[in-house]
Amino acid sequence: MRLPDVAHWLRVAAALAVLLQPFAEVHAGKTLEQIRQKGQLVCGVSTGVIGFSAADSQGNWSGLDVDICRAIAAAVLGDAGKAKYVPLTSQQRFAALQSGSVDVLLNNATWTLTRDASLGLHFTTVTYYDGQGFLVPKKLKIASAKQLKNAEICVQSGTTTEKNLNDYFRMQGAKIKPVVFEKLETALKAFFSGRCQAYTTDASALAFIRSKEAPRPDDYVVLPEMISKEPLGPVVRRGDDEWFAIVKWVVFALIEAEERGVTQANLEQMKAGNDPAIQRLLGSAEDSGKALGLEREWAARALKAGGNYGEIFQRNVGADSPLKLPRGLNALWTKGGLIYAPPIR
Amino acid sequence: MNSQRWRGLAAQAALAAGLLLLLWLLLDTTAANLHERGIRSGFGFLGEPAGFAIGESLLPFDSADSILWALLAGLANTLRVALPAIVISTLLGTLIGLGRLSPNLLLRGLCMAYVEALRNVPLLLQLLAWYFVVTDLLPAASAALQIVPHVFLSKSGLFMPWFGGDGGAWLDLPVRGEMTISGGAALTPEFLALLLGLSLYTAAYVAETVRAGIQAVPRAQSEAALALGLSRVQSFRLVLLPQALRSIIPPLNNQHLSLTKNASLAVAIGYPDLVSVANTTLNQTGRAAECIALIMAVYLILSLLTAWFSAWLERRTGRWAQPS
Repeated sequence: MRLPDVAHWLRVAAALAVLLQPFAEVHAGKTLEQIRQKGQLVCGVSTGVIGFSAADSQGNWSGLDVDICRAIAAAVLGDAGKAKYVPLTSQQRFAALQSGSVDVLLNNATWTLTRDASLGLHFTTVTYYDGQGFLVPKKLKIASAKQLKNAEICVQSGTTTEKNLNDYFRMQGAKIKPVVFEKLETALKAFFSGRCQAYTTDASALAFIRSKEAPRPDDYVVLPEMISKEPLGPVVRRGDDEWFAIVKWVVFALIEAEERGVTQANLEQMKAGNDPAIQRLLGSAEDSGKALGLEREWAARALKAGGNYGEIFQRNVGADSPLKLPRGLNALWTKGGLIYAPPIR
Repeated sequence: MNSQRWRGLAAQAALAAGLLLLLWLLLDTTAANLHERGIRSGFGFLGEPAGFAIGESLLPFDSADSILWALLAGLANTLRVALPAIVISTLLGTLIGLGRLSPNLLLRGLCMAYVEALRNVPLLLQLLAWYFVVTDLLPAASAALQIVPHVFLSKSGLFMPWFGGDGGAWLDLPVRGEMTISGGAALTPEFLALLLGLSLYTAAYVAETVRAGIQAVPRAQSEAALALGLSRVQSFRLVLLPQALRSIIPPLNNQHLSLTKNASLAVAIGYPDLVSVANTTLNQTGRAAECIALIMAVYLILSLLTAWFSAWLERRTGRWAQPS
């Protein structure tokens, strides 16, 4: 996001240029082999979405997506530190994955039909159920998104946001004027200077924007409506089913662990326990890694890296984070949420 | 025709054929690779409904219109800002260029300061500065300034009455609502900042072009004109200017060309130009290669048209300079 425009287009061009390699081969199982050979997992992340993937002043990445990337690196290479992060803008991200510059994309990309079916990609599974919301200045006395008729709405380009916005207000029979900015900083500056009557993006980001970016958080309010479904999750290239399965099942293992109460702290203890499902998960009974082409300890290593799904959530976007987002839809299915993993057996 | 000439022609033909072959290979390989990776390609998506709104558009645009129409609306928006900016920058630049040659020290100094200040600060920063000045200083839409009846100025832009409107009225008057202003025609802050930024920045370059063009005419020419008994104005109009124009027009057209391309910085300040619309399309459809190719093709066509116009103008001014 902070790159100058020239560099931005150059990177798009570079990503496209890789498509031109005449003898680029794509065949099954190649990604895992390459990752092992390089000894490195390359994750395409965002250019900075607090709570999901953001670098601090020392260049250390953290966030929910980063922790999932670390878990995959731990499962595949046995070391979470072997994950490398490549920040990508929304314009670059799919091209970068298609061309093979990154092994897996964890970039707050919404799972949609067009993206899943026509871009040479596969969405693996959902790691965060988001939805699009609105932030408005309190002084406008708006209580519902329905009152935003004819409003000017600031938005950052490059996401599904613009289309949702249009769909929602069309359904209301209302017109709105989107003011589309390329960079988040400019979009927020324009909104907080009063250029627009509302700012829209995924609800997970709105909470942070209100509390950290607004000049006075109390002057702004997040509207209750969610106008879209935004399931976010890791994306892989098409044509490598083995790698697709690995990414998917590492996430499932993190979810299964939360459901079974396996945490980063009690991992060793649980390994020695006598619950067969946990023993399967952690590889102390059957070898669940074999089917995936991974070592027996794959899930245990992934859990050791950053804990189970609940712990990752809590630390990055939940109660222990500045975002303080409620679990909501992202609670386990046993607790009224949508987070569910198929059985590991 | 001698054999040497034939050899030259053959070499050129071979080079051209080689280049075409290379281009074909490039396109063919790209298409094959895209296909192999399961990536849909082609320009069929242009006919699909856009599904997104455009904040301001010269062409009537609705989200149900096709993507092609959206891109055309973006192009119209680019031209809507580029053409007036070309006129303003040329007029302003010429005045400043002449000012730099003025015998008045203060005027000369001011014009030089303008050129150096505007030319040496990146355009992107200037645009952002103008934009934030405009949006910070103006009042919110709900407290819009009414300059004269039915003309409002606010953060939402400059609203004025315009022809047509709902219910067959011939004049559409803007009305200040609780939250926004509706009706009439609007010049948004994005448009105004872009127009201002592009015009002022390019004017600095135009000024230098004009100054250099006039100084390129040998001093003896104006001295001779004065000796012939022409007045200062006459000698400038009949002797200096026709000769100066011949060296001013080619670089001046280059400036107009850069201005049109610089208009793509609109994405930074939220003006829906061609690049902004193409960016949105790229994201909605995921067709990166196609969208970038389209942007390149459009700018190439704009540039070729400008070059063609420039060549025509050069021929014309060339003729103008001939004694008739």
